[in-house]
Amino acid sequence: MFENLSERLQAVMGKLTGRGVLSEADVDAAMREVRMALLEADVNLGTVKEFVARVRERSVGQDVMKSLTPGQMVVKIVLEELTALMGRGESRLVFSGRIPGVVMLVGLQGSGKTTAAAKLANLLRKQGRSPLLVACDVYRPAAIDQLESLGKQLGVPVYRGEGTDAVAIARAGVQHAVSTMRDTVIVDTAGRLHIDEEMMAEAAAIRTAVHPDQVLMVIDAMTGQDAVNAAAAFAQTVDFDGVIVTKLDGDARGGAALSVRAVTGKPIMFAGVGEKLDALEPFHPERMAKRILGMGDVVTLIEKAQDAFDTSQATDLEDRLRSGVFTLDDFLAQLQQVKKMGSLGDILKMIPGANKLPKDAEIDEGALARTEAIIQSMTRKERAKPSIINGARRERIAAGAGVRVFDVNQVLKQFAQTQKLLKQVQTSQKGGKRRRFGMPGLPGGL
Amino acid sequence: MATPWYKRLGDGLSRTRGALQGHLNVLLRRGPDVDAVFWEELEDALIQADIGVVATTELVGRLRDAAAREALPDAAAVLDRLAAEIAAEARVPGDDPFASGPATVLVVGVNGTGKTTSVGKLAANAVAEGRRVVIGSADTFRAAAIEQLRVWAERAAVPVVERAHGADPGAVVYDTLAEASERGADLVLIDTAGRLHTSTDLMAELVKVQRVARRESAHPVRTVLVMDATTGQNGLLQAREFDRALGLDAIVLTKLDGTAKGGIVVAVARELGIPVVRIGVGEGLEDLAPFDADDFAAAVVGRGD
Repeated sequence: MFENLSERLQAVMGKLTGRGVLSEADVDAAMREVRMALLEADVNLGTVKEFVARVRERSVGQDVMKSLTPGQMVVKIVLEELTALMGRGESRLVFSGRIPGVVMLVGLQGSGKTTAAAKLANLLRKQGRSPLLVACDVYRPAAIDQLESLGKQLGVPVYRGEGTDAVAIARAGVQHAVSTMRDTVIVDTAGRLHIDEEMMAEAAAIRTAVHPDQVLMVIDAMTGQDAVNAAAAFAQTVDFDGVIVTKLDGDARGGAALSVRAVTGKPIMFAGVGEKLDALEPFHPERMAKRILGMGDVVTLIEKAQDAFDTSQATDLEDRLRSGVFTLDDFLAQLQQVKKMGSLGDILKMIPGANKLPKDAEIDEGALARTEAIIQSMTRKERAKPSIINGARRERIAAGAGVRVFDVNQVLKQFAQTQKLLKQVQTSQKGGKRRRFGMPGLPGGL
Repeated sequence: MATPWYKRLGDGLSRTRGALQGHLNVLLRRGPDVDAVFWEELEDALIQADIGVVATTELVGRLRDAAAREALPDAAAVLDRLAAEIAAEARVPGDDPFASGPATVLVVGVNGTGKTTSVGKLAANAVAEGRRVVIGSADTFRAAAIEQLRVWAERAAVPVVERAHGADPGAVVYDTLAEASERGADLVLIDTAGRLHTSTDLMAELVKVQRVARRESAHPVRTVLVMDATTGQNGLLQAREFDRALGLDAIVLTKLDGTAKGGIVVAVARELGIPVVRIGVGEGLEDLAPFDADDFAAAVVGRGD
């Protein structure tokens, strides 16, 4: 797979800064790389061609900004155009206000409709709605059981009708919502092939029967060039208002999302990012643009950090640091905050350039847990005053945490280093501005 | 299976005929000339079949050389040559795990590729061939996966071994193999939970499942990846990671009844040398066919009809 597009462009265009205007030759070389990168990300060929033509037109003769290299200049243009193509900002579900509001999900087999339906119910419930899931997949064995079981996990009611008429079930489902006072209906439909006329007609009939406020097409992020064929067919026969892209927690670049957006003009609304039922997020076009280009997702990383870090705790810690106190308890609190951000592997994936790490550079996910266990095996006294931890205490701690004494020593060493570092920061900042406290001394070599 | 699969597609199904006619038929319609535009369109068609940029560039490059060297007379000759090249790439030597004696087959893959459905079809197929089949339901994670497989087992009329939702998949394998040896089964199919190849924990779980199978199975254990034909370039990463963790013996390519060509398996064959042994072409019990490299290549270059 390709690496970072910006690096590839640097390589073909040279690293000189402020070289005047971009020449035809510069741009030609760059466009070959852009085309390749997009195709390797599974962006549809037609979309790629149009896109490259537009970027080429904008680039030739463009003044290279003083601070940028020609390669960076092209990356800037590519990113701007790609973001524009993906749509700006978040797209939200629009309800007409009629009760119950109805959302219908459609898509190919295996794209993840049933899971997405459950995740969406969960999300809408968090927003204060009371959803009802309606199981209209009468074809796939146990699809209805699957939805029912997911509903049970969430505590969201599931309507399963009688018989095998999906249209009738959908209609009865909406009625059921009315009589059970649910204000939102999510209709899960069977997976269907876009060239199966009978099945496409059924989806259109369900649409006509229940007048959904929103129809969403569910698309697998790993889909290749065929994504546009399916999306165009669904747009034509069933029509939809937005897209849910699933399985974005893998390493697929997800170019299909861009193609579908470009070909149908429909916004991507949600992204499925994990197996858990809360792993559905609003979709961010600019992040997707960067992902397609392999440029890392710094924005998400920063947001995760913001989410995970409890502000009051951080302020509290800051004050303590100011007074020169940093104990093993504080160290532990820091660790736990880092852990809240997700696995180290996940965090690493969001850092630009991290995709260049050798595949074998396995991340020691256990390191955090080990350090945590070690600190938790210490007495309160030891945590407050690590200097009292002698050989016998080390052995006891190691036994308690189920590690070797060596590991305990490592943690103590790390802690001492962090403490030292903090003292230095503190002295250098004395009298300076009050600054938000960061994340010092991560264990595990991060 | 005398009729090639792509010919059976139109039968009885109200599906748009010609969906399988590739872009390359359009290429032929524009006439016999082999000019610059022809080559460009040829390249486009291969990319649209998910063959991938790198493999396409190489294939087309080789073809251009051959066309010049051997003075291929017209577009039809070039396309036939291309089909032969693709067929040669896709034809990987290797045992068919479903047709080389008694075996325990672990069916693995990412979410939503059609593992459970494929297990059902494979079971029915084997039964029709007079084999004794036992199915193990080791997807204890996905809601109702067990129920889904149970339906398929009933359709295929084979016994299925299961445990409760959330049970250890390794334990299911253990039970399945015990049941299989009791019944004297000569083909054991084990359905596993879909997982993304990037999930270290879930891949490790699968390695453990495989270890249990190897320890308990009376027959050789084979591992088969189910890949969705609509998959793009990520398919290569999937195959690479599953192969690295488990050592793959074969691929079942599903959902070939749509408009996707499944071209990524060419890249997989070329890099990893894993043969495709079956293709899925519908939702029925009988919609599974042996993979034929020539048919596949014909479909990719749109010469199937």
